[in-house]
Amino acid sequence: MSVTPPPEVLRAPLVVEFPFTRSLGPVQSAFLTGLRERTVLGVRAEGGRVLVPPVEYDPGTAAELRDLVEVGTTGTVTTWAWNPEPRRGQPLATPFAWVLVRLDGADTALLHALDAPGPEAVRTGLRVRVRWAGERSGAITDIACFEPYDSAADTEPATDARDHDGAFEDPVTGIVAPARLDYTYSPGRAQTRYLHALAERRTVGERCPSCAKVYVPPRGACPTCGVATTDRVEVGPRGTVTTFCIVNIKAKNLDIEVPYVYAHIALDGAGLALHGRIAGIPYDQVRMGLRVEPVWSEDGRYPDHYRPCGEPDADYDTYKELL
Amino acid sequence: MTPDREVAIVAFAQSDHLRRTDDLSEVEMVMPVLHEVLRQTGLKAADIGFTCSGSSDYLAGRAFSFTMALDGVGAWPPISESHVETDGAWALYEAWVKLLTGEADTALVYSYGKSSPGSVRDVLTRQLDPYYLAPLWPDSVALAALQAQALVDAGAADESALAAIAARSREDARANPHAQLPGARPQGEYVVQPLRTGDCPPIGDGAAAVILAAGDRARELCDRPAWIRGMDHRIEAHSLGVRDLTDSPSTRLAAERAGAFERPVDTAELHAPFSSQEVVLTRALGLDDDVRVNPSGGALAANPVMATGLVRLGEAAARIHRGESDRALAHATSGPCLQQNLVAVLEGDPRA
Repeated sequence: MSVTPPPEVLRAPLVVEFPFTRSLGPVQSAFLTGLRERTVLGVRAEGGRVLVPPVEYDPGTAAELRDLVEVGTTGTVTTWAWNPEPRRGQPLATPFAWVLVRLDGADTALLHALDAPGPEAVRTGLRVRVRWAGERSGAITDIACFEPYDSAADTEPATDARDHDGAFEDPVTGIVAPARLDYTYSPGRAQTRYLHALAERRTVGERCPSCAKVYVPPRGACPTCGVATTDRVEVGPRGTVTTFCIVNIKAKNLDIEVPYVYAHIALDGAGLALHGRIAGIPYDQVRMGLRVEPVWSEDGRYPDHYRPCGEPDADYDTYKELL
Repeated sequence: MTPDREVAIVAFAQSDHLRRTDDLSEVEMVMPVLHEVLRQTGLKAADIGFTCSGSSDYLAGRAFSFTMALDGVGAWPPISESHVETDGAWALYEAWVKLLTGEADTALVYSYGKSSPGSVRDVLTRQLDPYYLAPLWPDSVALAALQAQALVDAGAADESALAAIAARSREDARANPHAQLPGARPQGEYVVQPLRTGDCPPIGDGAAAVILAAGDRARELCDRPAWIRGMDHRIEAHSLGVRDLTDSPSTRLAAERAGAFERPVDTAELHAPFSSQEVVLTRALGLDDDVRVNPSGGALAANPVMATGLVRLGEAAARIHRGESDRALAHATSGPCLQQNLVAVLEGDPRA
């Protein structure tokens, strides 16, 4: 039992990526299909207000909105913000202005990017027009961005919204919104100590100073007592299979032949079981009470699996509290 | 609404708010704060009637990340527990409602956030409308900057006024030992114009906890409980383009329903991550110059995302505990451009 100073912090990249597949309601479908066809649609709310981008329910009254209208592809900046360093995924790779644009015929504003040479070229009230993307699929990014529009003939932004049936050939009914976030994960003190010990082919748990239970792997706290586990206790290397299952479906990207056994293993001295794969024995001969030992992975950072160690099976009473 | 049961914040603790905490897991960061509020009240974990936490898997980058932090509470055998996937101020709201029902007499509320592992500006884009906004990746500073420019256009603020808010917040934070940015500093370059580095909150990690107690239990646990006289939360329409970004009607309505306008408050802890948002909030709440705004330094001095709002409630309560305030307003926000807003009114008993 010893209390050691915090070891060197471990870090690893963690990338979370997910393509969200979302279905569209009738108004959203018409709007995004319209963008594909270079047409901007809004929806008429109660009281005649035209909402662009259109929503399916009135933001004030929750009334169902279905009366589509076509609005202009020119409009007026209602507020802006100059973005000197575009970030991944944003509409333009060079410095640009974020803008809210009230399109001609609309009563509300749409968020997008404005391609302008610099902040001095942007102001609230600036007249702008849509720059369409070359390839359009029925998404908000079918608008590549806005660009300044300085036609002297267009000083009166008075395009009225015109009724539109929202019908297009081959309407889009869903979008796929890819998302990716990058993290640098650090596991904290207890798990860092655990991982450092594993690299030395030792399994070191931590004991709760209150209830004396030994947690393997340690997470830093005893969930029963709510206090930090700090006393380090080497456990194993041998242990007992407390329960197990037979896996018959091959996991994606996992190079293990099925069927194989996945088990709860109570390492000697541990207060709870961890889980690991059992090999070196036919799957249908694995049993509760089987005594096992770790087989370390080639690079030695963690046990690849556990195998029978040849000892007689453990008596049920020795592990029944760890099931 | 006027609650028919007296409930008070009786203890508050927070971590030091730091740019990085790579040596700590979430539970390792949270646990000392939990122990501190229990120490203040003399309660043990087993004495707590209800526990509620607030955090976000998107900050952590892992699903069900709050279950690990729950280990720090001592949640086994199973306790009466809940979690909100937002700022801990809303966890406090849930706990308050639980105590009002009479099902519990004490509650532990905590929240935490580690912004350091990821890129919080990008992470927060994932809370936006997935059809029209999220595909454009408009980050949190960009959206706040659109709101700030709307304020400038409306004549409600200019860059020097925003700089003064940033300087005042960080000067006040000198007296806050937990603050990440104590002391005024240069405004720096534009992050997204018109917001400069100084107008934006620091990025960092931190945790906070409070204990709530009802009636006489509160008087036993605290010399001067911070009684919650009212609390309410309201939300704006989700589309930014239909909102008047210079105003916050949801804050005003929540404040009205919390009873904030019945009598003046002496203190306001406002959850304004950006200097410009303090302008919006003070206008929406009609706070005059007599009200001490963010004596803690506010979110501009420490912004542990998911805990910043709970810290506002805790800081306001702590001033009442210390006798530095008699009636305080605490505000928390969530979402882009002050999308959703919570207001609580806290009072101390008259001093002898």
